[in-house]
Amino acid sequence: MLQYSLKRICLALLVAVTVSFLSFMLVRVSGDPAFALAGENASESELAMVRQQYGLDRPVLVQYFDWAGRALHGDLGQSPYFKEHVVVIIGHRLQVTMILGLSALAFALILSIPLGVVAAIRPNTWIDRLALGLSVFGQAMPSFWFGLILILIFSVKLRWFPVSGSTSWRHLVLPTIALGYYGIPAFMRLTRSGMMDVLSSDYIRTARAKGLRAASVIFKHALRNAIIPVVSVVAVQLGFMLGGSVVIESVFAINGFGLLAYESIARADLPMIQAIVLILSLIYVVLTLLADILNALLDPRIRVS
Amino acid sequence: MTNLTNLPSEPFPAIVFPTPGQTMRRRTLAHWGFLLGAGVLVILLAASLLAPLLAPYDPYQQDLVHRLVNPVWYADGTWSHPLGTDGLGRDYLSRLLYGGRISLLIGVTAMSISGLIGSSLGIAAGYFGGRVDTVVSFLVTTRLALPVILVALAIVALVGGSLPMVIMVLGLLIWDRFAVVMRSSTQQLRSADFISAAQATGCSTLRIIIRELLPNIMNNLIVVATLAMSRAILLEAALSYLGMGVQPPLPSWGLMIAEGKEFMFFTPWLIVIPGTVLFLMVLSINLMGDGIRDITAPEGRS
Repeated sequence: MLQYSLKRICLALLVAVTVSFLSFMLVRVSGDPAFALAGENASESELAMVRQQYGLDRPVLVQYFDWAGRALHGDLGQSPYFKEHVVVIIGHRLQVTMILGLSALAFALILSIPLGVVAAIRPNTWIDRLALGLSVFGQAMPSFWFGLILILIFSVKLRWFPVSGSTSWRHLVLPTIALGYYGIPAFMRLTRSGMMDVLSSDYIRTARAKGLRAASVIFKHALRNAIIPVVSVVAVQLGFMLGGSVVIESVFAINGFGLLAYESIARADLPMIQAIVLILSLIYVVLTLLADILNALLDPRIRVS
Repeated sequence: MTNLTNLPSEPFPAIVFPTPGQTMRRRTLAHWGFLLGAGVLVILLAASLLAPLLAPYDPYQQDLVHRLVNPVWYADGTWSHPLGTDGLGRDYLSRLLYGGRISLLIGVTAMSISGLIGSSLGIAAGYFGGRVDTVVSFLVTTRLALPVILVALAIVALVGGSLPMVIMVLGLLIWDRFAVVMRSSTQQLRSADFISAAQATGCSTLRIIIRELLPNIMNNLIVVATLAMSRAILLEAALSYLGMGVQPPLPSWGLMIAEGKEFMFFTPWLIVIPGTVLFLMVLSINLMGDGIRDITAPEGRS
């Protein structure tokens, strides 16, 4: 277990370093970042000043190590737009998005796991078909459009929920659905196939033969084992949802991390873009690391291979 | 043998096994998801390709006198603009037809680029194993850690949005699933007898991969390709919706939804129509992909 964890942590560290280099280089794809920082009509002397101020006249690798070194101390630079430390602003906005992401995740799990279980117990019935149809539809739905349609139906027509903003829990209902439905197909398919595998295994037959109640067989014996693969996908999906918040927060005008990302990109706030890509990637790396280790704890077969 | 009594006078009809082609055709015709997907996709494909013939107007032609005309099913709708006009008086049906070309173009080209990158990496990893496999797995893990939509937005915004740019960026970002699936498919066949036989007769590695391996993993490749295509179409729509993909006045469906959003409280059909077509296109591609998987590998069905 220890050996597996150490190996996994080393890989995560290596990925983290690579990702940090990529997010550093990202803002240099268009060439000289001084143009973006100084504005379109900057004169040559202004450009030179910006280059000096941000240290852009040094070799790229030196700049990277400088940036990464500061990042390790929690300093990701200053935003030229906010005139404040990037980390302070991001920390604020990340809270909103975390709440949105977690509630979307909870919404997806609450809907998909029972559906997956029922679909596995009664394969090829109408409820199984319904579940399959739901996941096929869900995968084809453009998330931003789904959000707009939710607004049209529930805010404009029925007036149940506000159109946009993030001041009360009622503001979060529609974005939660729009962001959460995205995870439903994956969770449901995994729960269903996991349950199908487990239900045909010997120990379930034994449990049934002992005369245990059906509910106890399904929930105590089967679901516990069937749910293991879902655990790792939960982490991955939470990562996707935080990424997807860029789109959903723009649709619902929620003042979170995603909207900050979108606005920073629109105003070419380079230090902010670097920091956001880095933080989102690192969250994903940490989440998948935790999921893998948790998985190995739950399922000893993973550790050995 | 000839003296046996109970035999009918005529010889037994020979048992005819269906050829693989016949089996495939029978399965195809019995798979309603595939038929539905293929049917819808063919219609959308034909409508987009024939857009210059079918479109009643020039999709860029503005007519400020006839702005926001309602579609024909509204009381004040007219057949001169069956799907109405947008905020600049451009015929919505014409824009919709031309928009299909953009979605399909982006879907096919971004899928090809990512398919080339991902399958090469995946097949190399599965075939050679060892260090190559380690490196490829690392590349896939790193790629998955980067948030696609955010990186695509940032690059397109910094470099400038244009059709080729969007295609390029999406193609370079969505190869991960190709690599993962091609790697495991190759691994499964790596030690098969026909590969060893080809090696024993002295075939070159390239020849083995192209002539022996590729035909046998083609079905998986096609399935992943359909998924990549629908993913590229959805991403393009999202990028264009956010204003950092295809630029106006091109009639991208995502852009049409963004432009319609301004009027969505009064004329909701402006966003309902392009969104529905976008949804139908992605749905039909996905249904076809699922169908191809079921038809070519029925033993894998759950």
